[in-house]
Amino acid sequence: MWSLINNLVSPRKFYSLTNMLLPWLTVLFVLSFSYGIIGGLILVPADYLQGDGFRIIYVHAPCAFLSLFIYAVMAAAAFTAIVWRLKMAHLVIRHSAPIGAGFTFLALLTGSLWGKPMWGTWWIWDARLTSELILLFMYLGIILFQSASAHKTAAERATAILVLVGFIDIPIIHYSVYWWNTLHQGATLKLFAPSAIDHSMVYPLLSMITAFMIYYGIVLFLRLRYELTALERNHHWLRKSS
Amino acid sequence: MTNSLLNFLHMGGYGFYVWGSYGSVLAFLLAQWFLPWRRWQKYQNEQKLTHEQNS
Repeated sequence: MWSLINNLVSPRKFYSLTNMLLPWLTVLFVLSFSYGIIGGLILVPADYLQGDGFRIIYVHAPCAFLSLFIYAVMAAAAFTAIVWRLKMAHLVIRHSAPIGAGFTFLALLTGSLWGKPMWGTWWIWDARLTSELILLFMYLGIILFQSASAHKTAAERATAILVLVGFIDIPIIHYSVYWWNTLHQGATLKLFAPSAIDHSMVYPLLSMITAFMIYYGIVLFLRLRYELTALERNHHWLRKSS
Repeated sequence: MTNSLLNFLHMGGYGFYVWGSYGSVLAFLLAQWFLPWRRWQKYQNEQKLTHEQNS
């Protein structure tokens, strides 16, 4: 475990590791995404109540999950950036924020497209929807904050603190459907209890969530690899690797 | 064949919502992957050109 962390925090080792991992991650992504999308659109039967409209869950739930997961990764990176002052941790925050903002926007958009035929409205100031919208504003705030500050080191440290403060929204989003009376349904997948979805429908959903997590890894690696080559352009190890 | 394809696209009356969701997600996934990939390819081509010019 410590060896893996060491590989991820050293720019040189990270560069070699991503070059090795990217083709494998791409293959895994294509496989899990293909099964998830074919399962969600074709193999899985229509829901008894929502008909074919329920198929939106196969893109909506993974987007919503990724919006929280990416923020959790950013919070972990922010913690390590503050405690151990790692250069890689700041880069992870900077390059995760736009991806996280994209997934949060998509979770709201696909939720809206699902809500209109099922609830009869595109939007409602429901606790889950509102807290997810706040998360989108958090992501946008972090992106803007990074580009607005002139002093790089101070900006990175302040951004890490902002990310940690904003982490309070993550449990609020998760538990909003239990703490308040909301129009949004409760959790479909549960870790320590039986899932509220039939087995025939759950596997493509898990496959899509896995595919989206791998996708985040691929895009993050691509962005970080470029950033590292720009930062470490004159280093001997990079000239040797390429 | 045509009927089953039309039925599939119709999605029991939810076609606009289902395809709108899948389409927007696929467009985002493609763009997020393509932009850094293209930037990387461009950077590598620039490096090759510089290397060739120097040698």
